[in-house]
Amino acid sequence: MSAIDASATPSPAVSEAPARPATGLSATLGHARYVVTENPVTGFAFALFAVILLAAILGPALAPYDPLASDTAAALQPPSAAHWFGTDQVGRDIFSRVLVATRLDLVIAVSSVALVFALGGFAGICAGFYGGWTDRLISRVSDTIMAFPLFVLAMGIVAALGNTVTNIVIATAIVNFPLYQRIARAEANVRRDAGFVQAARLTGNSEMRILLCQILPNIMPIMAVQMSLTMGYAILNAAGLSFIGLGVKPPTPEWGIMVAEGAGYIISGEWWIALFPGLALMISVFCFNLLGDGLRDIIDPQRRT
Amino acid sequence: MTALLDVKALTVEFATRRGTVQAVKTVDLEVAKGETVGIVGESGSGKSVTSYAVMRILDRAGRIAGGSVAFSGLDLKGATEAQMTDIRGREISMIFQNPRMALNPIRKVGRQIEDVLRRHAQAGSMDARAKAIEMLEQVKIARPEERYHAYPFELSGGMCQRIVIALALACRPQLLIADEPTTGLDVTTQKAVMDLVTELTRARGMSTILITHDLGLAAAYCDKVVVMKKGEVVETAAARDVFAAPKHDYTQKLMCATPRPGSTLRGLLPAEVAAAPNPPAAVSGEVLLKVQNLVKEYPRQGVTKSGAQMFGRGAAQEPEKPFRAVDGISFEIRRGESLGLVGESGCGKSTTSMMVMRLLDPTSGNITLGGDDIGAIQAKSFASSPHRRRIQMVFQDPTDSLNPRFTASRAIADPLMRMGALKGAGAVRARCEQLANLVGLPLDLLDRFPHQMSGGQKARVGIARAIALDPELVILDEPTAALDVSVQAVVLNLLDDLKAKLGMSYLFVSHDLHVVRLLCDRVIVMRQGAIVEQGSSQDVLEAPKADYTRELISAIPHPPG
Amino acid sequence: MLRATLKRLVTIVPTLIGVVVVTFLLTRVLPGDPAAYFAGPTADAASIEQIRKSLGLDQSLPQQFLRYLGDLARGDLGNALSTGQPVLKEIASRLPASAELTLSALALSILIAVPLGILAAVKEGSWIDHLCRVVTTAGVSLPVFFTGVLFVCIFYYRLGWAPAPVGRLDLYSVAPPHVTGFFLIDSLLAGDFDTFRATVAQLILPASTMALFALAPIARMTRASMLSVLSSEFIRTARASGLNSRTVILRYAFRNAMLPVVTTLGMVFSFLLGANVLVEKVFAWPGIGSFAVEALIQSDYAPVQGFVLAMALLYVALNLMIDLAYGVIDPRVRLEA
Repeated sequence: MSAIDASATPSPAVSEAPARPATGLSATLGHARYVVTENPVTGFAFALFAVILLAAILGPALAPYDPLASDTAAALQPPSAAHWFGTDQVGRDIFSRVLVATRLDLVIAVSSVALVFALGGFAGICAGFYGGWTDRLISRVSDTIMAFPLFVLAMGIVAALGNTVTNIVIATAIVNFPLYQRIARAEANVRRDAGFVQAARLTGNSEMRILLCQILPNIMPIMAVQMSLTMGYAILNAAGLSFIGLGVKPPTPEWGIMVAEGAGYIISGEWWIALFPGLALMISVFCFNLLGDGLRDIIDPQRRT
Repeated sequence: MTALLDVKALTVEFATRRGTVQAVKTVDLEVAKGETVGIVGESGSGKSVTSYAVMRILDRAGRIAGGSVAFSGLDLKGATEAQMTDIRGREISMIFQNPRMALNPIRKVGRQIEDVLRRHAQAGSMDARAKAIEMLEQVKIARPEERYHAYPFELSGGMCQRIVIALALACRPQLLIADEPTTGLDVTTQKAVMDLVTELTRARGMSTILITHDLGLAAAYCDKVVVMKKGEVVETAAARDVFAAPKHDYTQKLMCATPRPGSTLRGLLPAEVAAAPNPPAAVSGEVLLKVQNLVKEYPRQGVTKSGAQMFGRGAAQEPEKPFRAVDGISFEIRRGESLGLVGESGCGKSTTSMMVMRLLDPTSGNITLGGDDIGAIQAKSFASSPHRRRIQMVFQDPTDSLNPRFTASRAIADPLMRMGALKGAGAVRARCEQLANLVGLPLDLLDRFPHQMSGGQKARVGIARAIALDPELVILDEPTAALDVSVQAVVLNLLDDLKAKLGMSYLFVSHDLHVVRLLCDRVIVMRQGAIVEQGSSQDVLEAPKADYTRELISAIPHPPG
Repeated sequence: MLRATLKRLVTIVPTLIGVVVVTFLLTRVLPGDPAAYFAGPTADAASIEQIRKSLGLDQSLPQQFLRYLGDLARGDLGNALSTGQPVLKEIASRLPASAELTLSALALSILIAVPLGILAAVKEGSWIDHLCRVVTTAGVSLPVFFTGVLFVCIFYYRLGWAPAPVGRLDLYSVAPPHVTGFFLIDSLLAGDFDTFRATVAQLILPASTMALFALAPIARMTRASMLSVLSSEFIRTARASGLNSRTVILRYAFRNAMLPVVTTLGMVFSFLLGANVLVEKVFAWPGIGSFAVEALIQSDYAPVQGFVLAMALLYVALNLMIDLAYGVIDPRVRLEA
């Protein structure tokens, strides 16, 4: 954005020596503080993230009811003081279930993103940096995955590997692999012959060392933004799979499956069963997307002085 | 004589994160009918912003904060946007640097000229095409009917600039603003483009504003020169007066920093800082670098990424003759000598330097350094070779050559830690400070990141890194191309001092013969991968033997005196 | 142009090989006994053994692969347990329903997203820009199945504007005579406007649900690429030569800005084909997605396999069309070949 502006119109005089000789960490923190305060939406996203994190950690302790205990006498009650989000068809407290489900949904998303970050990121950097056969082989794997509509492939993988939470994590990681691989590849590729990499070659760094010490630190921030953005997608993907009956099995509380259970009651007017888990799902995905945009601002060196 | 364009006390502001910045401060500018006015200044001087303000095409963040702009008595500052679109292109038009980017990439160039003609009712649907082709003819494009259908990416940079000129002059405007029209073009193309602009504007009695960082260019083509610095006009005078007797200090500094025939290295610096010239370095008879029959070939088509290549090998088209980027060249550098490698873009000078640097493997030929056959060691494994430390390099773009996440001291320390024999952080730090002193980098800058330093400071870091291990040969790849002339003057002098002090040899790669002459004992002129001429700098510049060298030299504009 | 097209056609060969290998592998990595899976949960030992024989699971992997290729060549994707029909036939008969839904959703989202993105970029910082930002962020955050449920809740249950989510037609309408399989087209061809209206009424909610999902990436990309094109140097040249803003925006900026948007369509299709499965389930849409979901629930593996393969082939074909369209717009791609 700013780079484009700068090329379109010559930027106004930039002082020769910046006044603030801030060092790495404090500068980053200062800039982060600036971004959060300048853009209230990003600040809001960070606050929301903290709430979700707390719910994931403390959820089971905070839940007013046992999320699995049914109480047929209290079935299908609308939201009330006793049951904030109402009760479902077998009388389970929806608020407790939504709260407890946070951990499972977050764990699925975090572990799949961590997995794909490690695998896809590494494969992509190698492909971009070494080029040649390494690149062709890795890119071919990505192309093949990309030849499938991603959700459909995830369905196929979970169906084939077996209907478990672990396989949901694996499937989500696999379908996201091309995204990470391609971003890392592109970033590594433009830096492969950058001046500072050539300079590092001249100073006797081995190729592996250049990859780890010169290229990787420059790519990490971009990958971090990507992680936050795919986190939202990973949650959606996992919830979508359990919505069609893959992965998490009832009665385990999970947002996708709860929406699926509640969907059947919509037509008869019991809207709360599906609404609240759906909202929880939506809010957490929304939070990760906002967070990703905010992180992008923080790491963008063009916006940093 | 009434002025065609009369700019008074123009002030332009930009809204930035750190508040409002005045990019142009109370600038006065007058352009008479038929006159060519040069606006000269270094980067950030506000010279381009001034012209954008006149055209009212500042981007969103910028606005005219004060002053007046009158064109033929019309108030441009107060004109409506509709009036301005009528004026742009028909009364005032502009040409830009980087011509390839200035054209719509997916529209035929002829159609782009037609768009402008039809917009200003200079042509109807019947004759637009004929008129567009006529314009192509006027800017001396061969086979205009054919080129009408070309897309910008099919044309060379110089050709694209001709199209942009055709676009600008199609509606016979009264004023042409040329914003760095030749930056990025080779010198010979540069001259052709400038001559064309002059010829066409003279023939039409047009006025021209030439915006440039190059005093030589302004001297060669302008009647009047306006010198700008940090958003302000420091001097306005007739061109010959400015160059004969610059009044303002800044103009004087700029003048003497611009290399020209007869100038010396020390002469580039302002008198008060220039030390006594270095005694001519003792060039021993011993040959340091010997290059024999060096060849680098590339396949005609870049390696395609298509899967067809991967699976359907052999099904591809018949093999074409490979392209020879470097076509069997031989030369020597003796100890203590500096050799200049000069040529226009694509002549193979960079490829040659990369091979000597051992970052690229030659197709054939020998490279020996002090008797050791370094050409035989693969580029891939050269990093771990003991010879690695003997050849180092200073890169073209100081920004690109520093890792944005490393501080200056970390960058300088990198070679020391990788290949130096120094033990302990203290010793490395001490050596860094010693190097910083050597290249004139203030010690408090050592802990800064590249984005916190100026171009000149970054260049010093790059030089410190290159000399950290006392190399025998340093390759300088256009080390000053990205710098302003005043900074270039300082850096060139620094390089010369270091050579005298440390007894290194230089291979100086550049497109600019005048710069090369200042620093080098001998020069090689390359063209299309081959050596056209070589000899002592003085001989080659003053009595060139090859036609191509003569053409190169005559194309370089330089300020008189 | 022809050469570029042929060259692009060649590149789908390795992709197709990859797709077939992956779908083959998916059947072989089944934990436990694939034969038991294919036989279904109610089969006894003898019938599992028979299935094993008939599927060739007792052979070596390469032999199995060859056999799989042979089956594919004959269009044999196995039989669906629930109906006993060949999977290929089932998919073929259900494909128009899914295609009609997906394409309507795509058309709807493009019609809204592209103008929205352009306006947001041209009037950067205005209310329409903010609207665009809200829509794109909300669009990617909404789980498509949840939006569907929400729409049913609001527009059917609360407001009563939409008909019950019971598939392509309500209970009182009769499907138009089969020509293309697309009810919208077939009903018009038959001159049956009541059926057409009923089809549209049924289509609106599911199509909007998917469109809302697809809107976000298209609008986002349109806005971003329009912004970057508008600040590029050739736009400055166009402005400096006095072209009026309509010409600059529509003739110069728009066409250039569409190039990355066309590329994004590939990703959008991937999203839509995935979302299709979920939306079909919510709206009881009789497409291939709900067919696959039903099969999944019954652990009937052959239909799932066939479904994954069919979707992949469809997607490869769509991507091919996108690339060819790109070549038509961008002369650089056209002439590179």
